[in-house]
Amino acid sequence: MGAPGGQAPASGGPPVVALSRVNKHFGTLHVLNDITLDVARGEVVVVLGPSGSGKSTLCRAINRLETIDSGSIAIDGVPLPEEGAALASLRAEVGMVFQSFNLFAHKTVLQNVTLGPVKVRGLTPTDAQARAVELLERVGVADQAAKYPAQLSGGQQQRVAIARALAMDPKLILFDEPTSALDPEMVNEVLDVMVTLAAQGMTMIVVTHEMGFARKAADRVVFMADGQVVEQNTPEAFFTAPRTDRAKDFLSKILTH
Amino acid sequence: MDGLATLLREYDVLAAFWMTVQLTAWGAVGALVVGTVVAVARVSPVGVLQRFGAWFVTLVRNTPLTLIVALCSLGIANTLKVQLAPADSPTFIVDNGFRWGVVALAVYHAAFVAEAIRSGINTVPAGQAEAARSIGLGFAATLRHVVLPQAFRGAIAPLGNTLIALTKNTTVVATVGVAEAAYLMRNMIEFNPSLLYAIFALLATGFVVLTLPMGLLFTWLSNRLGVHR
Ligand SMILES: Nc1ncnc2c1ncn2[C@@H]1O[C@H](COP(=O)(O)OP(=O)(O)OP(=O)(O)O)[C@@H](O)[C@H]1O
Ligand SMILES: [Mg+2]
Repeated sequence: MGAPGGQAPASGGPPVVALSRVNKHFGTLHVLNDITLDVARGEVVVVLGPSGSGKSTLCRAINRLETIDSGSIAIDGVPLPEEGAALASLRAEVGMVFQSFNLFAHKTVLQNVTLGPVKVRGLTPTDAQARAVELLERVGVADQAAKYPAQLSGGQQQRVAIARALAMDPKLILFDEPTSALDPEMVNEVLDVMVTLAAQGMTMIVVTHEMGFARKAADRVVFMADGQVVEQNTPEAFFTAPRTDRAKDFLSKILTH
Repeated sequence: MDGLATLLREYDVLAAFWMTVQLTAWGAVGALVVGTVVAVARVSPVGVLQRFGAWFVTLVRNTPLTLIVALCSLGIANTLKVQLAPADSPTFIVDNGFRWGVVALAVYHAAFVAEAIRSGINTVPAGQAEAARSIGLGFAATLRHVVLPQAFRGAIAPLGNTLIALTKNTTVVATVGVAEAAYLMRNMIEFNPSLLYAIFALLATGFVVLTLPMGLLFTWLSNRLGVHR
């Protein structure tokens, strides 16, 4: 750590996410190499790095969709529990938005958003629906509530996925390349929703190569390579004056197109 | 034609086919329940359950139905005296035979149902379960609300095939004295051997009447309920 810039917005309490010396292997491949990273409440962290550097694995480890070999991960001061009810309830606190949306294909948009609140949070269907409609309005797809995911455009599906995550009132939302499966003309409608969320104080970890988003919404950029956090800084400082060769090399590649 | 008329007059054909329908219906319900449990065991994170599921499917699928029916009826019901009907009931013999027949059919077809559902589960992308877990659903809730509903829709066609096979396989239960269609056929052949072809035609028609709509229904269902991705 020890980045000069890119410090979290000041706020009390434990960090929303605290990773300490996290290691993870896939066979002989060291995918997460001694990762230590804190994310404060309200902070928006953009994670960048070449393909295969472990960005997705990092997100999945924070939501414990992947187990880790050593180190510790705590959400709001609570270490991630083993499998079981405790893990499920902790997961409910951590939203996740996937590259491929992963909306429940057999449920309508509205049912996608109400499932968690009803089954996990114990809301009545009426309350859950009222809240879902409100969230769908917020992301601009309320008029699609009765449709099935396959009837929506990618951009609409991803906004529904964001509403589904928001419906759980999460402490943090993880976004793993939320716009990279989208047609170019739909990227902005999703990024706009995310920028708004960031402005409203949601804590977010966003894997994305959208530098516009990083500049506009991120408090900090974390650059990963080969499973390590190589550099972190404010977006402005990182993009204009990267300090490591890996980062310079990476930026020269994504800036050329 | 005369032959058919004679058969229909002298035998209670409808009652026999009604028995076939009942065996099919109860057998199907049982097979669906047991098969679902076995399929869930096979995809569960618990090693013992996975092995039990695999073992059940392999064992049952490779055993002839005749043997399972004989085991249930002769082995368990008659020899071990495990009864599924009250012994003082006037219809004890019929009820007990029928119920053990249903058990045998359910257990045997459960293996095929389990395989159909497991193949259905395999059609559900891993991201669906991950999304379910990420909103805080546990293993059981993820299966119940997200994976299984999609798996069943993906498994409609093979489940339909299993139901049609089950309908025809009810004839095996005749071997232990349940008075269904094949049992009736044996009686007819014994007492009216001259009407052999009429008997065959009657029975074949009866089964076609039962299974053809099933095939149509399941094709329609699988188009109707298929999950669009
Ligand atoms: N389930 C898995 N089994 C084996 N190897 C895996 C698995 N998942 C990921 N990997 C490997 O781990 C490394 C890191 O993967 P990860 O998906 O975290 O990278 P990433 O930074 O998200 O890459 P991308 O930008 O391509 O999405 C890659 O080399 C990948 O091939
Ligand atoms: Mg990735």
